Order: sequence, then structure tokens, then C-alpha cells
Amino acid sequence: MAAGDTATVPGTPQSLARSRPRYGEMAIKAVLMLAALVSIATTVGIVISLLEPTIRFFGEVSAVEFFTSTNWGPLFEPPHYGVLPLVSATLITTAIAIVVAVPLGLASAIYLSEYAKPRVRKFFKPVLEVLAGIPTVVFGFFALSFVTPLLRDVLPFEIEIFNALSAGLVVGFMIIPIVASLSEDAMSSVPNSLREGSFALGASRMVTSLRVVLPAAFSGIVAAVILAISRAAGETLIVYIAGGGQPNFTLDLGMAMQTMAAFIAAAGSGDVPVGTVDYDTIFAVGALLFVMTFAMNYVSARLVRKYREVYE
Amino acid sequence: MAVLSTPRSAVQLASQGRPVKEILFRTLLLASLALALIFLVTLLVFVLTQGWPRLDARLWENMPSIRNPEIAGAQSAIMGTLWVISLTAVFTLPTGIAAAIYLEEYADRTRWYNRVIELNIQNLAGIPSIVYGILGLGIIARTIGLGFSVITASITLGLLVLPIVIIASREAIRAVPPSIREGSLALGATQWQTIYRQVLPASVPGIATGSILALSRAIGEAAPLIMLGAVSFIRFNPDGIFASYTVLPIQIFNWISQSREGFHILAAAAIVILLVILLLMNSIAIWLRNRYQKRW
Repeated sequence: MAAGDTATVPGTPQSLARSRPRYGEMAIKAVLMLAALVSIATTVGIVISLLEPTIRFFGEVSAVEFFTSTNWGPLFEPPHYGVLPLVSATLITTAIAIVVAVPLGLASAIYLSEYAKPRVRKFFKPVLEVLAGIPTVVFGFFALSFVTPLLRDVLPFEIEIFNALSAGLVVGFMIIPIVASLSEDAMSSVPNSLREGSFALGASRMVTSLRVVLPAAFSGIVAAVILAISRAAGETLIVYIAGGGQPNFTLDLGMAMQTMAAFIAAAGSGDVPVGTVDYDTIFAVGALLFVMTFAMNYVSARLVRKYREVYE
Repeated sequence: MAVLSTPRSAVQLASQGRPVKEILFRTLLLASLALALIFLVTLLVFVLTQGWPRLDARLWENMPSIRNPEIAGAQSAIMGTLWVISLTAVFTLPTGIAAAIYLEEYADRTRWYNRVIELNIQNLAGIPSIVYGILGLGIIARTIGLGFSVITASITLGLLVLPIVIIASREAIRAVPPSIREGSLALGATQWQTIYRQVLPASVPGIATGSILALSRAIGEAAPLIMLGAVSFIRFNPDGIFASYTVLPIQIFNWISQSREGFHILAAAAIVILLVILLLMNSIAIWLRNRYQKRW
């Protein structure tokens, strides 16, 4: 960075800026910038820690087997390295979660933003925040010892003790606050003139909510949903505790499944010797999960920026 | 009873014989919110009734045991949580607040590197916590060589919640109006003097709220610590930053994985303790926000 611009306080007219640099001030700025760079270092650290073992892994295992085989058993003899069962389990639990969270979260958001009185909103928003503050290990316990037995009693078909359905449902409830609070933000920032215009044309509140406010806040809502998807895909403990540890390649929601995150946790907590292919497997799956969620976050961040430019 | 807050005649004009649809829609919305709340209440009631028989002093006076759920407690996990969370605060709060000051007060947003930092922080906030476990395992525990210790766990959790601290602190700093800064600068204060004596004191409540929420997230977070050696039963309290450790969520996870019923009751009791701590922290944060939030 040029030395000239450090002496210029942003927003200060050039003529008022000091001509002699203050070294103490510059040092403080440098220290503060260093703190901001910690976040960059974190990303670099994550990439480095994933990259090297992943490259080693693909030196031993063919990428074709990894991405096309439906047989996952890296710790078996002989080992199988088809990642598809983990990916499909991740997609299935995420899909269940989204089916739960998007309608419920969006409806809650519409209610809070368009219908609720300020006093009611002031009560419900913190309550939703409480839901967001519950640790996932607690959700996992609840899924395993309350939701699963309940489902086994209620459902007409058999499900296993560990199953994708109950894990996905509980992940869905966990991410409701993300969908609700971000969508509510997006909807509240739609200017009132749009609503008033709609009312003036004779539209009811429902029509105004669905046909005016919802489309106007659409990109913000999409960003919220994408963020929720990435949270659900990366969620570990609920799917580890309630979903079980068997990598099944199936669409049967009543069966145990192992997601990518659950595999990483399961393998990472075991005593896998460093330097073996088994150890590198953890990182290869981690890299895949990282790339998937990173891509989604990137799209979401872009959407939020784009939507912010609409009404300022 | 009018369905909407707009005058009744206006509603009738607007909906032309469709109030039934309106009522249905509104009921549907309320039902959705209610379902989320029922889930929350059910969860709380369930853990409380499950854990009730074991909610006594044994829980914090005794050490964990693999054999006997009757005498097992969670003292080492509670102490471990205190150790890990204090160190996390020491590491993440100064870094996060400093980064927020840089981004809000110094960073020139037209520069590419500052935009990269901003986008990067947004992305970090959405990376799965288990991936931070991989970072802790690969870089902090192995490459730097801090091993499976309290300090590794603290740094990993610190990095995990750093984006939350930065984002919340930035919002608090941004809420301080420019006129305060301009007044200070006009009186001849340097930029750092302005920040340190005017902007920071004014934004303390917002920063504190964000910090408490970030730390309460860190207390509940277990996934990365599973990768970082916090899984085995630890029968002693940590005695330093390089000591082995366990924390409450991990101890709970351990007990859930046991097959015997007694351990599940124990897990529920420990969950109640964890939730009480977290609800207390979140309530303080929300209270701080409502009590000290200045309207300029």
C-alpha cells in the first residue's frame, strides 16, 4: 500500500491532512489490519490442511472410483472408496431438512414481518434466537431419544433406530431460525410504499404478502435458503447421533445413513494412524464438503450483495 | 372481529368475498410459527423430565466413570469447558474487535484486498464446523505441534466464532454516527484517539452482545472437538493450557453413545446444565442489547 494514503484519514479533505506521517498511528493501523488478516490465514490454513492429504489420497485411490463407485468402506479389507453413499446421504438429510425448514421458516417470517404487531414480534424474535442457540448435540439427543421413538409409534411402516428421516427432520427444525430471521430481514427492508401501492389497488394483505413483498425480497430469501442448505449439509452431530454410521446407498429414509460430516467425525475420533490412506480419506471427504459448502456460501454472499443494491 | 389491522370496510372492499382465504392464510402462518415453538418447548420439557432424577450435586462433584452411571459426574467436563472457553475469549475477542475496527474505520473499500477480506469473512461464517476440526487437526495439533490440548481446542473454537465477533462488532461500530467522529477529529484528536475514546466506548454494548453470543456458540460446539482428542473419558481437571481435556457437549455426546439407560439420563441432566448456562448467557446478551442500545 502507498505510504501516502495512510496519512490521509478517509473522509478528511486533502488540505487538512497532516503532511508529516504519525508513526504511532500507522503502527496501530498495521496491528489492526493484521487482526483482519487472521481471517484470511484461517481460510488459507483450511485449504492447506485439506490440500496436501487430499492430493496424497488421490495418488493412492483413483478419482474415478471415488466419484462413481457406490461402495464406501475405507476401513474394511479390502477397502472401497466410492464416496457416493456419503454424498447421497448428505443430500437426502439436507433435502428433508429443507422441506421442513423452508415452509415453516418462511411462513414464520411472513407472519412476523407482515402480520405481527411490534410487541408480538419483539417477543417471538428472541424466542427464535433461543432455538438457534441450542447446541447441536442436544438436538441429536432429542432426535435419537424422542423423535425416533415417536416416529416408530406413529408411522405405518418400520424404521430403524438410526435413520435418515428423524435426523433430517431435526436438522430442519434447527435451521428454521436461519430461514426465518434472514427472510424476515429481507421482507422488512421492502419499502412500505410498495405495500401501500398494493393496498391502494385493492389487494388484500395475503395477496400483498405473496405477490408484492415476497417477490421484492426474493433474492434475500434465496440467499437465506442457500445459507440454510449449507448449514444443513455441514451439520455433524445430529446426523452422527441420530442417522447412524452405516454408509448405505439407498433412498429408504427409514434406514441408517452416514453423511460426509458424520463420516469425518466418526473417522476423526477413532485412532486412525497418521500417514495412512485411511487418515487421508478424512481429508479427501472434508475437501469435498468444503468445496460444496464454499460454493453455496459464495453464491449466497453474491445474492445478498445484489439484493442490497435494490433498495437503499 | 376484524382479521386485519386495516379498517373492516377496506378489507371487504379489497378481498371481495375472500375473507375465508385470508383467515386460512393467517392461521397457516401462525400455525407454522407455533410448530417451531412447540418443538422448542417439547425439547426443553423432554430433557428436563429425562434428566430430573440425576440433577443433583453428584453431577458437578463427581468425575466421569465408564462403569457406573450412578456415581458418574461431569466435573472434569465443566472445568474443561471453563478452561477452553476462557482461552477462546482471550484469543478471539481482541482479534475480532481489532479486525472489526480495521474494516469499519480504516479499510478503504475500493481496494481489492479489503473486499477480499470482507467476502472471506462472510464465507468463513458458513463453513461447516467439522471442517474447522480438520484445520485444528492438520495445522494446529500436528503441524504447529500443540497436540490434543486445551490450547488447540481454544484456538480452533476461536477461529470458528471469529466471524461472528467481527460481524457483530462491525455493526456496533457502524451504528456510531459520523458526527461523533467528526467532532472528535475537529478538536484535534488523532484517528486512533477518536476510535479509542469515542467510537469504542459508544459501541461497547453492541460488541459485548455479539461477543457473548459468539462465546455461547463456542460453548455448545462439539463437532470440531471430536477431531481434537476430546472424546475419551477424562478423570481429572485440566491443570494448564497443554493439558488433556473434555468439555460438556463432548461428555454429553459420550454418554449418548453409551448403550446403558443410566448414561442417557445422565446425558439429559448434563444437557440441562449446559442449556441453563447458554440461556443465561443469551438472556444477558439480549438484555444488554435492549438496555444499552443508544438511539442517536
